[in-house]
Amino acid sequence: MAGEAIIINVARASLWLQPHRIVLVLIALALVFAAAFFMRWDWLPQYYEMALVGLWRTLWILAVTCTLGFLLAVPLGLAQAAGPFWLAAPAKAFCTVIRGTPLLLQLWLLYYGLGSLFPQYPWIRESWMWPYLRQAWPYGVLALTLSFAGYEGEVMRGAFAGVPKGQLEAARAFGMSRWKILRRIWLPQAFYRALPTLTGETVLQLKSTPLVATISVIDIFAVSSKVRQSTFLTYEPLLLLALIYMAITGILVFALGKIEARIPNKIG
Amino acid sequence: MARIIELLSPTPPGWGGTLLVGLLHSVEIAAGAFGLGLVIGICGAYGKLYGGPVVRDLLAVYTTIVRAVPELVLILLLYYAGTDLINQLLTAMGYQRIDISGLVAGIAVLGFVQGAYSTEVIRGAILAIPQGQIEAARAYGMSPGLLLRRITLPAMLPFAIPGLANLWLIATKDTALLAVVGFFELTLATRQAAGVTKAYLTFFLAAGVIYLLLTLVSNLIIGRIELRARRGMPSLKEAR
Repeated sequence: MAGEAIIINVARASLWLQPHRIVLVLIALALVFAAAFFMRWDWLPQYYEMALVGLWRTLWILAVTCTLGFLLAVPLGLAQAAGPFWLAAPAKAFCTVIRGTPLLLQLWLLYYGLGSLFPQYPWIRESWMWPYLRQAWPYGVLALTLSFAGYEGEVMRGAFAGVPKGQLEAARAFGMSRWKILRRIWLPQAFYRALPTLTGETVLQLKSTPLVATISVIDIFAVSSKVRQSTFLTYEPLLLLALIYMAITGILVFALGKIEARIPNKIG
Repeated sequence: MARIIELLSPTPPGWGGTLLVGLLHSVEIAAGAFGLGLVIGICGAYGKLYGGPVVRDLLAVYTTIVRAVPELVLILLLYYAGTDLINQLLTAMGYQRIDISGLVAGIAVLGFVQGAYSTEVIRGAILAIPQGQIEAARAYGMSPGLLLRRITLPAMLPFAIPGLANLWLIATKDTALLAVVGFFELTLATRQAAGVTKAYLTFFLAAGVIYLLLTLVSNLIIGRIELRARRGMPSLKEAR
C-alpha cells in the first residue's frame, strides 16, 4: 500500500516537474535572489516589530469582520429567501446598495460622514461609546462587516432557496417546529451549499482590508506606506507587502480547502 | 434641505458639477480598463487553452498573483513601477522623460488587473462552447483568426456575459481605489467637495447614489445585451 502511494506521488511530482517548469522555477529563484541582493533591505530590522503588529491587526480585522459579516448574512439571506415582503424588501435593498457602491466610499461615508455627525450631540460624547467612536477602527470593522454581509447575504439567499422543498416538507411532516426545521435541516444544508463560495469571499475580504489604512488604521498596508515615506524606497516595501498578502491568501485557501473537504459533499 | 440643494447644484457655488466631472472620469477609466481587460482576457484565454506549456505556466502565474494580491497594492506597485520603467526605457533610448497622464496610467493598471479575471471568465466560456461547433469550423478550413471572429467569440458570449457583467461592475467600483493614488475621479471629487464644505454626509451619500445609479443602469443595459446574445437559445428559466 505504502509503496503504491509513493509511486503515485513520484509520478505526480514528475508530471509537475517538467523540464520547462524547472527552468521557470530557476528563473524565479534568480529573480528572488537578485531582489534580495540588489535591493535595499536594511530597514527591515527597524520596522520588523511594527510590521508584526500591523500583520496581526490585518488578520484580526479579517477574522472579526468575516465572522460578524457571516452572522449578519444568515438573517439577510433568510429574509430574502423566505421572509414576508416587509422583511425581504429591506434585505434586498441593503444587499443591492452594498454591492452597488465602492467599499472605499462606504468606508469614508461611515468614517467622515457619521464621524463628523457624532460630536454634535452631547449625549453621545458623554456616553460610554465615545472613547470607541473617536477611534478609527470601529468604523473600519463596521464597514467591512456590512460589506461582507451584503455580498454573502446574496449567496445565502441562493443557498437557502436551493435546499430542496422535499427536505423541508419531510421535516414539517415529522412535526418539527419552524425554529427546529431551520436549526436542524434548513440552515445546515444551506451552509454546506454556501461553503465553496466562502473561501473566495474570505480572500476578497482579505484584499479589502488594506482600505482601512485610508482612515488611519495601522494595518500591514499602512506600515508599508510608513516605511515608504520614511525610507524613500518605492518598490521594496510594496514587493514585500504583495508577498505577505500572497502568503496569507495561500494559507487561507489551503486551510479553508481542508475544512471544505471534511464537510460531507453530498447535497440532497 | 435648501442648503443641500445649494451644495449639490451643478453651477459653481454648488459642487454638483465637480461630482459629475469625477463621474465622467470614473466611467472613462472603467470603460477603458474593461476594454483592455477584455483584450488581455481573450489573449490570455487563448494562451491558456491552446498555448504551449511555458505560455500556460506564465499565464497561470499572472492570474494567480493578480488575484491573490489586493488591488490597492497592485495599483500602487504598477503605478510606480510602470511609470518608472517607461521613463527609464525612454531615457535609455535617448528621449525626454514624459509625464504619464493619470487617465492612461489608471486604465493600464486597472486593465492589467481586470485582464487576470476576464482571462478566467473567457476561458471558462470558451470551454462551454459545444466542441463540435469549433471542429466543424476547422473542417470548413477556417483560419484561426476567422474561427475566433465568426465562431468562438459569438458562441462564447452567452456563457461569458454573466461573468463579464460582474467584472464591469467591479471595474466601476475599483476606479474608486485610484482616489488613493490621487487620481481625480468620483470618490476623490466627493472627498474634496466634502472637505471644503464640511458637509461630509451629504456628499458621500450623493456619491453613493450616483454609483448605485451607475450600477442599476448598467444592469439594465447588460440585461438587454444578454437577451440579444442568447437569442435563439432557451431562456434561463426554461434551461434550469
